[in-house]
Amino acid sequence: MYITILGAGPAGLYCGLLLKKANPSHHVRILERNPPDATYGWGVVFSDRTLAAFQEADFKSYKAITSRFVLWDAIDTYYRGELIHCSGHVFAGLARKVLLTTLQERCRELGVLLAFSTEVERLESLAPADLVIAADGVNSLARRTHEAAFVPRISPGTARYIWLGADKTLDAFTFIFKESEYGLFQVHSYPFSGDRSTFIVECAEDVWRRAGLEQASEQESIVFCERLFADELRGARLYSNNSKWINFSTLKCAHWHTGNLVLLGDAAHTAHFSIGSGTKLAMEDAIALANAIEQYPDLERALTEYELTRRPIVELLQGAAAESQGYFEHTQRFTTLPSAQFSFNLLTRSKRITYDDLRLRDPRYIEWVDRSFATCGSQTEQITFAPPPVFTSLALGGLSLSNRIVTQPSAERTWTAQAGAGLEIYGPLAVSADGRATPNQPGLYDADHSATLRAQVDSLHETSIKVCAVLNHAGRRGASRAPTASASLLDRPLVTGAWPLVSASALPYTPRSQTPSELTRDAMRAVIEQFTSAASVADARGFDMLLLHMAQGYLLASFLSPLTNQRTDDFGGSLANRMRFPLEVFAAVREVWPRQKPLGVALNCHDGVKGGLTLDDAVATAASLKALGCDLIQPMAGQTTPEASLPYGKAFLAPLAERIRTEVGMVTLVGGYITTTNEANTLLAGGRADLILMTPPSSRHATPQVKG
Amino acid sequence: MRVSVGLPSTIPGCQGRVLLEWARRADAGPFSALAVLDRIVYDSYDPLIALAAVAGATTRIRLATNIIIAPIRNTTLLARSAASLQTISGGRLSLGVAIGARQEDYEATGAPFANRSRRFTEQLSELQSTWEDKRVGPSSAEFGPPRLLLGGSSDAVFGRVARYADGYMHGGGPPRAFARAADKARAAWLDLGRPGMPILWGQGYFALGGDDIIEEGHRYVRDYYSFTGPFAEKIAEGLLTTPQAIAQFLRGYADAGCGEVALFPTSAGPDQLTRLIDAVSGLASVESAAHAAEVGHPCT
Repeated sequence: MYITILGAGPAGLYCGLLLKKANPSHHVRILERNPPDATYGWGVVFSDRTLAAFQEADFKSYKAITSRFVLWDAIDTYYRGELIHCSGHVFAGLARKVLLTTLQERCRELGVLLAFSTEVERLESLAPADLVIAADGVNSLARRTHEAAFVPRISPGTARYIWLGADKTLDAFTFIFKESEYGLFQVHSYPFSGDRSTFIVECAEDVWRRAGLEQASEQESIVFCERLFADELRGARLYSNNSKWINFSTLKCAHWHTGNLVLLGDAAHTAHFSIGSGTKLAMEDAIALANAIEQYPDLERALTEYELTRRPIVELLQGAAAESQGYFEHTQRFTTLPSAQFSFNLLTRSKRITYDDLRLRDPRYIEWVDRSFATCGSQTEQITFAPPPVFTSLALGGLSLSNRIVTQPSAERTWTAQAGAGLEIYGPLAVSADGRATPNQPGLYDADHSATLRAQVDSLHETSIKVCAVLNHAGRRGASRAPTASASLLDRPLVTGAWPLVSASALPYTPRSQTPSELTRDAMRAVIEQFTSAASVADARGFDMLLLHMAQGYLLASFLSPLTNQRTDDFGGSLANRMRFPLEVFAAVREVWPRQKPLGVALNCHDGVKGGLTLDDAVATAASLKALGCDLIQPMAGQTTPEASLPYGKAFLAPLAERIRTEVGMVTLVGGYITTTNEANTLLAGGRADLILMTPPSSRHATPQVKG
Repeated sequence: MRVSVGLPSTIPGCQGRVLLEWARRADAGPFSALAVLDRIVYDSYDPLIALAAVAGATTRIRLATNIIIAPIRNTTLLARSAASLQTISGGRLSLGVAIGARQEDYEATGAPFANRSRRFTEQLSELQSTWEDKRVGPSSAEFGPPRLLLGGSSDAVFGRVARYADGYMHGGGPPRAFARAADKARAAWLDLGRPGMPILWGQGYFALGGDDIIEEGHRYVRDYYSFTGPFAEKIAEGLLTTPQAIAQFLRGYADAGCGEVALFPTSAGPDQLTRLIDAVSGLASVESAAHAAEVGHPCT
């Protein structure tokens, strides 16, 4: 087979040598625009798993590569003048130049033709070949030529970064977070040879502009960075290599091959550099492609196989890279965290590593995280042993919770204390008969109901569990039948005995629902009165904490969302107008609810429907609530309308809690299908939430059973 | 976990009497249900007609569509057929519905392909209403409406399951793929305040026997899924070809909390059922047929 490879980067060279090795009768020719000794970039990083794949694919180049490797297992983080050390992460670094030289030598040894300084202007000008492999990088000529076939999508990132080298010996992957007069800068640095390190400097676009780097020359940029990181560089110099401040672009292609042309590595996909995977992915692509061609004589079948093998792996990594990129584009948001939480959040940013993973990798690091969490970062407080975050206490206003676990028995079920929890949430409780969602929903307006509640709260208070009530007015979701396990009749209107409904606007919840009437100003005052009265009852009945329900399409939430609020008065239109009534309710309840008892809000953070409420709206609403004395936010999403589509899964509400907590600086209670203490510890230790609403085993799949 | 077996109703050339004989033998075997697939433009039987015949030929075994393409059917007629089958079979039906993936099935029935997702959601609401109102279909209320389960894999599916249905039918794949989908279904279920847990079904293909049987199985799966393009090859690779593979597949699904797995044949040969009965009998992860036989036994 005649094979032409465009680009003599790691992917092209490796694929060439593997193909030739598998079948020496192949004619493999690699065309490269640059001379053999030109290289851009400094070092490349591989994980131990990738190395194992290299060992299997070609032992000779594996040996040559590994003999030149710098190995390290630690990640150092400079943050607020502290150096945080975490080990147990095995990486290998290598100069890109050494990697290329090694692969070039191996190619020559196997008889692969290497044509350097050969510019390909047009694909049509290539000599005919049975297979053309485009390993020509992110600006691939081949991909651009056949855009219609590959359907590339390029999404540019928002941060600016510059790829530099430092003549500095490092013994760890090193992150540096540096506050400057212009804003936050961060460095990703790792060793690749005994005396050189890659040194990537990154910052937000506005910081980059403020620092005047937009106009700076390459040399001026270096001087700027050397001065900024003088403390950490300790006299080491920075070097450029045709380095520019750029945005990272993520590339995805709908197809990776067309006819006899196939994309490899960066030509097909890119993943943010912060998870160090570009070269790794490219070389793994090369292995998969060479394997497929060896296995299947039919070229179309082989290229399909290559694409099917690699695509899920690449997409998984691109997902993790996107999480990591998102973190580094908004790092400023996390600088409110104490150093242990900041560091833990950084290490778990791509959501692939958990608390338990880090405990295995570095028990001392986790001990420090635990201790710091338990003492709230206080250096003076002495404790002998620190529990994991989930079993630390939390002082919330005047309320002390024994741990971070929160449970919420379903309102329809019998109320029983969930042993092990620090807080039990009861509700939603209706503030009035007309505010009920279903006929049997308990409420705090009714003397009988609240008398039973008193007994139940008292029985919980015999344990260390504190009790929180959720107050709700169901609005247009009222007068519905209760949800059942089978034959779903969710949000189905009552056949008999329905009561009139109210909402922000006169829009029915489902086509079958009763059309509510628009809440009048007088009716608003009545609703406020219902909430304050229910709050007083809750206080008298011994509840320790209160949450007001402003989510899931209920009355207060119906004001917040533009989908359900179409009012033209002072309570509709702009976000400030839409939040006006919910804020009035909150302020009134805050007046009557005792100061020392926490008052929070279950807040809708996005509708899950195009054109609906967004997380940005929720951040603004949370900030306004905070100003009125709100102690806690429980982020929720969806159910504003029945069409909502959410990315359901484990801890699906956690990103909302993290944003509210770090950006607004509020205590967050997060739910959304969290079932393990490992997930809870990962969220808590990373400063993403303060309290975890755990899903009890009864709502999970069968626990292991012992058969008799 | 319970194990069901597929009816060879979508295996080209399968004769009517073979289906009924297959059903009788499955009824006497360890299986909890007989499941059918749905294709329009393919050599195959109408799923509800096939199950109606099966209902008459069997006494114990439950019946399931895994899945039936809803938007290409008139909702009222579908509700009526399903209610009829539910009543005739003595409450043995689980109706799995989904949007389907093949445009040709829409074209063949004259149903619009555009907006199929929105229409599907409306259909779900309408199915429940029709069954509840009893305006159409048999009035006998002895068995209640059939269980409604949804297939599909988009984000929107899991919210629909929690809002309109009793559970989720996974489309096949390794246990870890099922486990991820099951978590999504449970998260949505909990989020919408549904008591209990969604019923969860898994699915796999098997071919047990010599190389010729396995080759026939691969050929069938490749052909059946040829509309997915190259992905058909991946599905064919997942074919369960040994009792060991079946045991591990079922264990993986059981550990992920699956309530019921439907194993579909890729050949209509009578030995396939015999071999499958041998393969699943006595597995620790499989619930016995006697237990599974109780109609209305709560599924998990």
